[in-house]
Amino acid sequence: MAQKNGKTLVNINKLSKLFPVGQGIFGKADSFVHAVSDFNLQIKVGESVGLVGESGCGKTTTGKLITRLLDPTTGNILMDTEEGPVDIALLKGKEMKTFRRRVQMIFQDPYESMNPRMTIFDTVAEPLNVQGIGSMSDRETMVADLLETVDLVPASSFLFRYPHELSGGQRQRVAIARALIIKPDFVVADEPTSMLDVSVRTGVMNLMQDLADQFDVTYLYITHDLAVARYMCDRIGVMYLGKIVEIGETEDLLHNPKHPYTQALLSAVPVPDPTYTRNPIKISGGITKPVDPPPQCRFYNRCPLADEYCKTHDHPPRKEITPNHYVACYHA
Amino acid sequence: MTVVQNSERVLEPLWRIRLKLFARGFKKNWALFAESPIGLIGLGVIVFFGLIALAQPILVNTVWEPKVYDPINGFDIEIPYHPSPPSARHLLGTDVLGRDVLSQLMYSSRFEFALGLISAIVTVLIATTIGAVSAYFGGLVDTILMRLVDLVIMVPFLAVLIVMSALMGVGMIELALVIGILSGFGGTAIVIKSQALSVKVKPFVDVARVAGGGHAHIIFTHLVPNLMPISLLYMMFVVTGAIFSEAVLSFFGLTEIQMSWGLMINTTQVFGYLMRFDTWWLLFPASLSITFLCAAFYMVGRALDEVVNPRLRER
Amino acid sequence: MTVSENVLDVKNLVMHYRTRKGPVYAVDNVTFHVGKGEAIGLVGESGCGKTSIALSLLKLLPTNADILNGEIRIMGDDIVPLPEKKMNKRRWRDISMVFQSAMNSLNPVFTVEDQILEAMLEHVPHLSEEEMNEKIDSLFDLVGLDPSLKTQYPHQYSGGMRQRAVIAMALSCDPDLIIADEPTTALDVIVQDSILKQIRDIQKELNMAMIYISHDIAVIAEVSERVGVMYAGKLVEMSSTENIFHNPIHPYTMALMSCFPSIVGEKTELVTLPGEPPDLLAPPPGCRFHPRCPYVTEICKEQDPDYKEHTQGHYAACWHPGGEK
Repeated sequence: MAQKNGKTLVNINKLSKLFPVGQGIFGKADSFVHAVSDFNLQIKVGESVGLVGESGCGKTTTGKLITRLLDPTTGNILMDTEEGPVDIALLKGKEMKTFRRRVQMIFQDPYESMNPRMTIFDTVAEPLNVQGIGSMSDRETMVADLLETVDLVPASSFLFRYPHELSGGQRQRVAIARALIIKPDFVVADEPTSMLDVSVRTGVMNLMQDLADQFDVTYLYITHDLAVARYMCDRIGVMYLGKIVEIGETEDLLHNPKHPYTQALLSAVPVPDPTYTRNPIKISGGITKPVDPPPQCRFYNRCPLADEYCKTHDHPPRKEITPNHYVACYHA
Repeated sequence: MTVVQNSERVLEPLWRIRLKLFARGFKKNWALFAESPIGLIGLGVIVFFGLIALAQPILVNTVWEPKVYDPINGFDIEIPYHPSPPSARHLLGTDVLGRDVLSQLMYSSRFEFALGLISAIVTVLIATTIGAVSAYFGGLVDTILMRLVDLVIMVPFLAVLIVMSALMGVGMIELALVIGILSGFGGTAIVIKSQALSVKVKPFVDVARVAGGGHAHIIFTHLVPNLMPISLLYMMFVVTGAIFSEAVLSFFGLTEIQMSWGLMINTTQVFGYLMRFDTWWLLFPASLSITFLCAAFYMVGRALDEVVNPRLRER
Repeated sequence: MTVSENVLDVKNLVMHYRTRKGPVYAVDNVTFHVGKGEAIGLVGESGCGKTSIALSLLKLLPTNADILNGEIRIMGDDIVPLPEKKMNKRRWRDISMVFQSAMNSLNPVFTVEDQILEAMLEHVPHLSEEEMNEKIDSLFDLVGLDPSLKTQYPHQYSGGMRQRAVIAMALSCDPDLIIADEPTTALDVIVQDSILKQIRDIQKELNMAMIYISHDIAVIAEVSERVGVMYAGKLVEMSSTENIFHNPIHPYTMALMSCFPSIVGEKTELVTLPGEPPDLLAPPPGCRFHPRCPYVTEICKEQDPDYKEHTQGHYAACWHPGGEK
């Protein structure tokens, strides 16, 4: 079991990422997409947190900010280290390399996330290679052991094959092995199962859960599928246009959704049971790009509860309505 | 979870596995290449010229008397008039200066290969580096490198060569370098850069960054290997261009090369035999060789294109 | 069979793709029917042949594919031997299709109105221009689009609107049967929900037969009255939606039902199906599901089970239906 000592592993404060749009020749942008704005999230050691939202809600950008594939515009991400919390944006050189050892990422597309010219061995050994861990023969044993742990058995029949010779499910297992080979504390998984077929998907999801316990890994699980998030996560945060509108323990959130967006999302998910009737959803329209959003609730123009107060006030602050259940809505 | 049994695993040494993988990859690509008759014909022509290039020094030292058959200084005193038509002694006749045309042709082909390959390697090395670096870093680096490319594209390389030949002698190596640097790499760099841009956004590059890979690691293990096929393809086209450029320059007598196909035509022209079809052996062997070898490299390039771009392949 | 009551009768359909590595039997001996006004769901994983069936029904196959055997009867007429010219007349009028990617089925350089008009001019030329325009307006209303948007270009539409426009186009010639191939897969849940509702309502309102193809059993549960489950080019089970979800008898369907997470009900452990779907270039002998089947016996490895009726209207191809020995 992962050490669930209640310690905060990652603490995200007022994180924002703005992308310029309509850039002129001289690099002066006239407006910005607020992909992630004023985003707060604490992830505790050993838990799995899900980030759920529709496409364009900023969940992938958030993942890239946490793994420092992108640098935040404002705000910070504090990662717990032996010397206390450290802002990852300030890491340089050797500290950065150590950070890279602690945080790994699993991507959505098993076909694109592997270099087609590298064998499975080279792919999985890459983190060891760049981190300079182990001798060549050590690496070979480490990779082979881990491949068997992710149920690619026997490892010798996979080591020196190329990604295109493997099926989608097998490739995603390789991607998981690659993420875990340097024993990270924290793994950001961006829709790791959304491109897999149902009959293989369950295997990969169960494997990820087993490995979380075995390797003491904390997950941030990014997905558009609430049913998958329910299965994988202890807590779920619902994102809408760059902000978390509601976050809570998984079952609590699913059974007592408070934010009108969460309610809509929940009643829109089809249920694999022909006798089940869903609640009708009350919102209409689609998600828009948050280009220079007005200072009001992001959900204002689709919200069934919207009133004058919402129109004239800033995006609602997050409040705790029941223990561990936070909602950002004036009407909750 | 599976219990790992180390004893069952018999691992071969890594280098042997890599060699095997390489051989397997080569076999597969060869099978694809061999499907194209164009490529096979081209390869056949290249091999033919390669063989005659190798045969010439052997022949000169064995059957052919160097005094008579040397491509540059040879002279056959037993024939009263030069140029002489093909005969048993001189299969392709002799040129105006009494030298054996076949020997010249064979000697030159060795030289054409060296010139073509050197300039192609120079071009591709520069173009791949510029393409990969400029795509990977973007921003200012990209701007500077791309302006450099623009500059190179705009430089009239024929004019540069004429000036160079006036100031200093342009030998084979100089010519290969100038062609390599000036004539080809601009366009090639742009093509390779666009390919590099599409590789750069692949998630495996992000994965490598998350693992802690530095710039050099990403460029050399992820970008460049994925650019190699297209680089190789452009190499073939550069060879064609180089051979052709040399022929043009030598024809105008702008190089200090002692013997080449272009120079053979130049000699013919200088002595006024160019437009005379009765002395066809002075013109056709050299000009047909240029045509065939250029075409051959181009054909191989086209066939490689089908190996490299799966979309061009029929199902 | 005398005069058919069914809109579509597919009998022993066999279709393969010729590939570099050998033939791939993407549809292998498939038999099913669709009654008037009935909504059928076809569910299966990628590469199981569900899209190949759709393309065969429309005879829109790529050049390296052939229908080798079987009958496809639309309103009683077998379309398999029909030449392309005659088939073209029946497409859109008798049978039409909504594709997964709306952007690819709309031409970016024409307005949506022009594209629908073009289809109508080709297939229902007896209508006057006025009638056609009225028809387009009513179609837009039907699929939940504002008719004033019809003069816009596809790129001015959002993803959901495009999918609605494609549905309007498929309905433009009043087909008897519409095939919807994963029309909502690329969309977000909230948009998907409203389009699913629209499709269901339209199908009921026009009393039109429909084949809905998806990999998502939850979506299938919402729209169909009967469901066919496909595996590796074969139809392995077909019955009423009720039966398929609550009383499946093919082990693959049983596994499929228990490996799908849901947001309602108790959180349950999901069952993992071992292995991977087979490579259709070299499918396993006997029953194609046998290497992954928990109930496998000797006969499964040797003989392909017949696709037959087990109880009233409940078809399956299995030696051990329901896991019995």
